[in-house]
Amino acid sequence: MTTVTHTPHSTPEPLEIVRAKSWKVPITLGVFVVIAILLFVVLGRDGTSLFRLSTAADVIQIPEIPIPTREACAVIVVLLAILAALSAYLVQSGRRVPIALIAGFALLFLLAFLIWASAGATLPVTALLVGTIGLSVPLIFGALGGVLSERVGVVNIAIEGQLLAGAFTSAIIASVTGQPLLGLVGAMVAGTLVSFVLAAFSIKYIVDQTIVGVVLNVLVLGLTNFFYSKVLSPNAELLNSPPRFERINIPVLSQIPIIGPVLFRQTIIVYLMYIAVAAVYFALFHTKWGLRVRSVGEHPQAADTVGINVNGTRFWTVSLAGALAGLGGAFLTLGSVGAFNKEMTAGAGFIALAAVIFGRWDPIRATFAALLFGFASNLQNVLGIIGSPVPSEFMLMLPYLVTIFAVAGVVGQVRGPAAAGKPYIKS
Amino acid sequence: MSDSQIPSRGPLPEPLEVSQIPPSELAPEVKPEEESRSSALLREITTSNALLSVLAVVLALVAGAILIAFTDEDVQASAGYFFSRPSDLLTAAWEAVSGAYSSLFQGAIYNFRADNFQAGIRPLTETLTFATPLIAAGLGVALSFRVGLFNIGARGQMLVASAAAGYVGFAWELPTGIHLIVAVLAGILAGALWGGIVGLLKARTGAHEVIVTIMLNYIAFYLISFMLRTPGLLQAPGSNNPKSPAMLPTAVLPDLLGPRYNLHLGFLVVLVATVYVWYLLNRSSLGFQFRAVGENPNAARVAGIKVKNMYLYAMLLAGGLAGLAGVNQVLGTVTTGFSSGIDAGIGFDAITVALLGGSTPWGVFFAGILFGAFKAGGFAMQAGQGIPIDIIVVVQSLIVLFIAAPPLVRSVFHLPAPGTKRRSGRGKSGKSGTGTSAKPTKSAKAVNQ
Repeated sequence: MTTVTHTPHSTPEPLEIVRAKSWKVPITLGVFVVIAILLFVVLGRDGTSLFRLSTAADVIQIPEIPIPTREACAVIVVLLAILAALSAYLVQSGRRVPIALIAGFALLFLLAFLIWASAGATLPVTALLVGTIGLSVPLIFGALGGVLSERVGVVNIAIEGQLLAGAFTSAIIASVTGQPLLGLVGAMVAGTLVSFVLAAFSIKYIVDQTIVGVVLNVLVLGLTNFFYSKVLSPNAELLNSPPRFERINIPVLSQIPIIGPVLFRQTIIVYLMYIAVAAVYFALFHTKWGLRVRSVGEHPQAADTVGINVNGTRFWTVSLAGALAGLGGAFLTLGSVGAFNKEMTAGAGFIALAAVIFGRWDPIRATFAALLFGFASNLQNVLGIIGSPVPSEFMLMLPYLVTIFAVAGVVGQVRGPAAAGKPYIKS
Repeated sequence: MSDSQIPSRGPLPEPLEVSQIPPSELAPEVKPEEESRSSALLREITTSNALLSVLAVVLALVAGAILIAFTDEDVQASAGYFFSRPSDLLTAAWEAVSGAYSSLFQGAIYNFRADNFQAGIRPLTETLTFATPLIAAGLGVALSFRVGLFNIGARGQMLVASAAAGYVGFAWELPTGIHLIVAVLAGILAGALWGGIVGLLKARTGAHEVIVTIMLNYIAFYLISFMLRTPGLLQAPGSNNPKSPAMLPTAVLPDLLGPRYNLHLGFLVVLVATVYVWYLLNRSSLGFQFRAVGENPNAARVAGIKVKNMYLYAMLLAGGLAGLAGVNQVLGTVTTGFSSGIDAGIGFDAITVALLGGSTPWGVFFAGILFGAFKAGGFAMQAGQGIPIDIIVVVQSLIVLFIAAPPLVRSVFHLPAPGTKRRSGRGKSGKSGTGTSAKPTKSAKAVNQ
């Protein structure tokens, strides 16, 4: 994607003018236009779609917005076709397709889908978005952990294990002490412990990092399942009935329509998530520590020659990453479900891993990727309630299909930190 | 944000490394083995991989024993008065652990309480039955590892293959013999196609195979779930359950040892598949190209190997092998109709099997049998001793962890490290290997402490 953009242009070189025209984006967009025509025009639905933007608790009530389904869909399909043609024109004339165009295309497609799916029904937009945050929190924490450890050069497949360990530990500690905050701390410790094993095996014993990650996932899964069956479920009252966090309404901000209920009527873990995303971004790209972390992940030899302790940096950064992922696990038990269940992460760690790569190892982009997954899962829930025209399995499939399209068509050959997955052996 | 663009310079290859690695490094795994054979016998035994593997299994079983003892009720009760009668605690712990492991053994290998040999040996055939799909899927995963692809999509490939083989198995009426062959081939083909998508996307667009395989697992699962609850596709007629009808008798893999045992023809098919993968990897030109790409794709490209095609072929084959596992499930093990859980976690177990087997065909074969034994014994242990079968998962993953880290096992048992000859030979390529290195245990072995 960003192959030749920021080479310095001080001396114009003839090589720079020759650029391979990549038709991937126009082709992908074209496919989606065809899908849109088939779905929204050929299989178009009549009626009116109502978008409800306010909740009952809001001070400022916005009336429901009625949208004539067929007409609105037709307009959007035309817009989509124009955007796809524009991208083809840009590629033809040797320019790059701006990411904003792709994002706009995706948003329009989504809007058309929402209008089409909610024909003759009312779509609770706020509930859709609130649920999105709820489902995204563990993904975001997991993705942040993934970004951190991959940036320092340790491939973290063990996110799933860290989430599960966090969920398990926070449930037990919060149940025994009655303090959800202590459960939160316990989750961080548990995630860190999983990271310790990952770090020890991949840094000290130089085992392939992917292997350690995969095996750790299985190990944590087996351990939590074993203890759940043998210890937790016989003593559920004592060990597996943690108090849940209360929602905290932030004054003023929580009264803003749409944004208020979505972002500012949440539990403390969600607020921690906001802080974590900002902190990881700032720390990685605007502090000395972040520069060191990235240099260790990009070129450990160079980092070593300027006096950075490569393996020490890796060890502690991976541990921090585990603590973050553990927090995501705590949200599952203390924030949403309210008890630990067997295999309750259900592949969230792998989705978080996909978000890391999808987000190109950038905390902000990875967060948006995680939000996309959360949104798609919750869309299925909401459409299931209002009566979806699509079989629920296909709705559930949607985020994964979109990811494949995005990874194959738009993101393409992403390049992670150069030294990720490679042990550093000081010679 | 300007800093953030450092790692997105674009997919530059690493030209320095290509020129640094001589062609002889491409297949370096033969030489160091021979060198160690010349060392003294004792040293040979204490530093051999076989011993390390056995010790790794022992360590993992000890860890499992500790877990069993700690969670046992009698042990917990006697721990309450430990200081007045400590022997009670030890007795209780011993009983819990020995009871668990003897029922594990009797469930996996030979049942001493059976009346005759025919009944006593049944657990061993159960082990082989459980091992069959594990080996097949493990071979698929191992093959893709050797090409440097981290394929975690065995689950999806199995599901799709199960659906295809199952559909042919219950819906088509074909003559005896032909029906079975068509059904098996349909399954393998479906798995190969599902795996091929990954190879195609990786080759054509550079899409990361880890993401694509994860996503395809979910897509396959939801696709099969949809088909299983839709009449006319896979759902049994007249039923509301998301389950397929039973296979026709002509499509079922015949029993190998008669109706007493569950062991079916699939085991022989998988044995043939193992030989085939061994031949492919070690004796064929395609296999050499696979391994070359796995060791260093840049060097392979320079050497004139079409790396992209290798990714596609490898994933087609890997998908076909995982598909064979799915076929074994629907036509061999669960012939009364399948649901969306037909993969039974084998797709993920296959990854550990491939890792334990060092991504070599025969290694996978024996790792599959070991895991099959754990599975068969685990069910017996759960039924007999009330110990959740999840303990098996713990033991299995610990085995893989310990085997991957020989220095750890050596330090636990105070074994000497092998000579430093190998260190200089392999340390370099271990450093320059890709993150998804094909021969993980080898590169780990390389840098002995």
